[in-house]
Amino acid sequence: MSERYSNVWTIAEARDGKLKSVSYELLARGRSLADASGEKLVSVLIGANVSDAELRTLIDHGADLVLSVQDDALDAFIVETYSNVLMDLVRQFRPNIILAAATNNGRTLMPHVAMRLHTGLTADCTDLQVDMNTGDLLQTRPAIGGNILATIKTPNHRPQMATVRPRSTQALPADARRAGDVQQINLKPELVDKRVRLLAFEAEAADESNLQDSDVIVSGGRGMKKADNFRLLHDLAKRLNGKVGASRDAVDRGWAKYSQQVGLSGKTVVGDAFQVLPELIARLEERKS
Amino acid sequence: MLKIIVPIKQVPETGNVRMDPETGTMVREGVVSIVNPLDLYSIETALMLKEQFGAHVTVLTMGPLNAVKALKEAISMGCDDGVILSDRAFAGSDTWATAYALSSAIRHFGDFDLVLTGERATDGDTGQVGPNIAAALDLPLATYVRKVNTLDPEGKTITVERSVEEGVETLQMPLPCLLTVVKEISYPRLPTLRGKKRAKTVEIPVLTAGELELKPEFLGLKGSPTRVVSTKSPKVTRNGRIVTIKEDKDVGAAVDALIALLEERQLI
Repeated sequence: MSERYSNVWTIAEARDGKLKSVSYELLARGRSLADASGEKLVSVLIGANVSDAELRTLIDHGADLVLSVQDDALDAFIVETYSNVLMDLVRQFRPNIILAAATNNGRTLMPHVAMRLHTGLTADCTDLQVDMNTGDLLQTRPAIGGNILATIKTPNHRPQMATVRPRSTQALPADARRAGDVQQINLKPELVDKRVRLLAFEAEAADESNLQDSDVIVSGGRGMKKADNFRLLHDLAKRLNGKVGASRDAVDRGWAKYSQQVGLSGKTVVGDAFQVLPELIARLEERKS
Repeated sequence: MLKIIVPIKQVPETGNVRMDPETGTMVREGVVSIVNPLDLYSIETALMLKEQFGAHVTVLTMGPLNAVKALKEAISMGCDDGVILSDRAFAGSDTWATAYALSSAIRHFGDFDLVLTGERATDGDTGQVGPNIAAALDLPLATYVRKVNTLDPEGKTITVERSVEEGVETLQMPLPCLLTVVKEISYPRLPTLRGKKRAKTVEIPVLTAGELELKPEFLGLKGSPTRVVSTKSPKVTRNGRIVTIKEDKDVGAAVDALIALLEERQLI
């Protein structure tokens, strides 16, 4: 079966005409797999209003070909429509491997498509390798609360599909000399599913959203003792250009939002951690003046 | 009256999971089975909708017969009835084969308005089965739902808030549809005494692969596109520094240590 399927695809993501950084990170993963199996690396963008110049950056970062399906009807992420479009591309081009970001949209689109294509999907892979004997994709992921690492493959179904967490890979440096084409594909109107409509989108305050895009996270848990003390963490995070994270326990207590939850539940550290913060903040203030 | 179906999973309590360092597998002895903690939020959502609009809430699970316990817990919280899919043929199912069986059972129930699932199960941690079921049944899907804004039982529409990394979307959907919900949606209620009494006596039908006329080649390990090749214990990657304060007088030294760390990382 696998001889009829070839090439490695990555699913690029964009918002407001700008590609998200995870699109380039996926290309770094995809590049090593494509090189290992002697296949092409193709980046697929489904969306709207992304310029050719912006798409060209996908080639600079490792893609050999960009397949772009853009239309106003694809501006909003409606999974039914995106799933129809991706299925249609898969049937036409028959990729061997599809990698997507483990973002909320990626984690919605990929299982939808995998079910309909009747193929395997492995979520949140931390390592991807090509099995040199069989050519199968070896997908390693944590499971059971991070207590084990399982290596999984899809031996008899194609394409082989996997998601990868944002910021788990470094993008390759941009190289403007790389050769590659951007192929625009028209949206077939019959692929648009109008049952679900996006009525509104509200951006979330920057200091809470996208913890994974931040280099510094100041995180607190039960040791903070009460919701009020989280203000100290916000103060410290601001001074360090970071964002505030919280343990599951703190989120369950309503001290922080679910979007701020970090990490897998690990050891319990009980203590009055917040006591150190006022002095730390005062000392940082002193240094500044 | 609305008809709501809530597929749930019985999972090992992973907070206290111990791994066998020799084999790299989970020590199952003494591990308590619980309702997947994230499914409590979909159960709660169904019960809130039941209070508001009137609904019949059916919980559904697939697993060994002892997973009836999970269904009974959901019933003791206020769900109306439960159904278990149990058959040796289901053993070894991955997310595809699980969703195939669950979606076939949901189709078998006939008309319904909503399918509600948790974000993911705490053991497998994939978050795939909810979207898989929606795809299998061609149900409109909203994932990471943090709020139900409006529901119109006559007009058969629902509007929900969906979390994404950059913010919140408001989606309008027709019924029937499938929502996967996140923790922010509610706080799960506790079982009631009355509920517990009902759960004790309520009969839980067992559905087998044969009764659902499932295709044998789509079941269990045989029907699963994925295979686990190997497992191992992860290396501990957290090598963070812990600064301990035992008494008030330690605070100064702790602050010194933190400042030194921030300097070393060039954060200040």
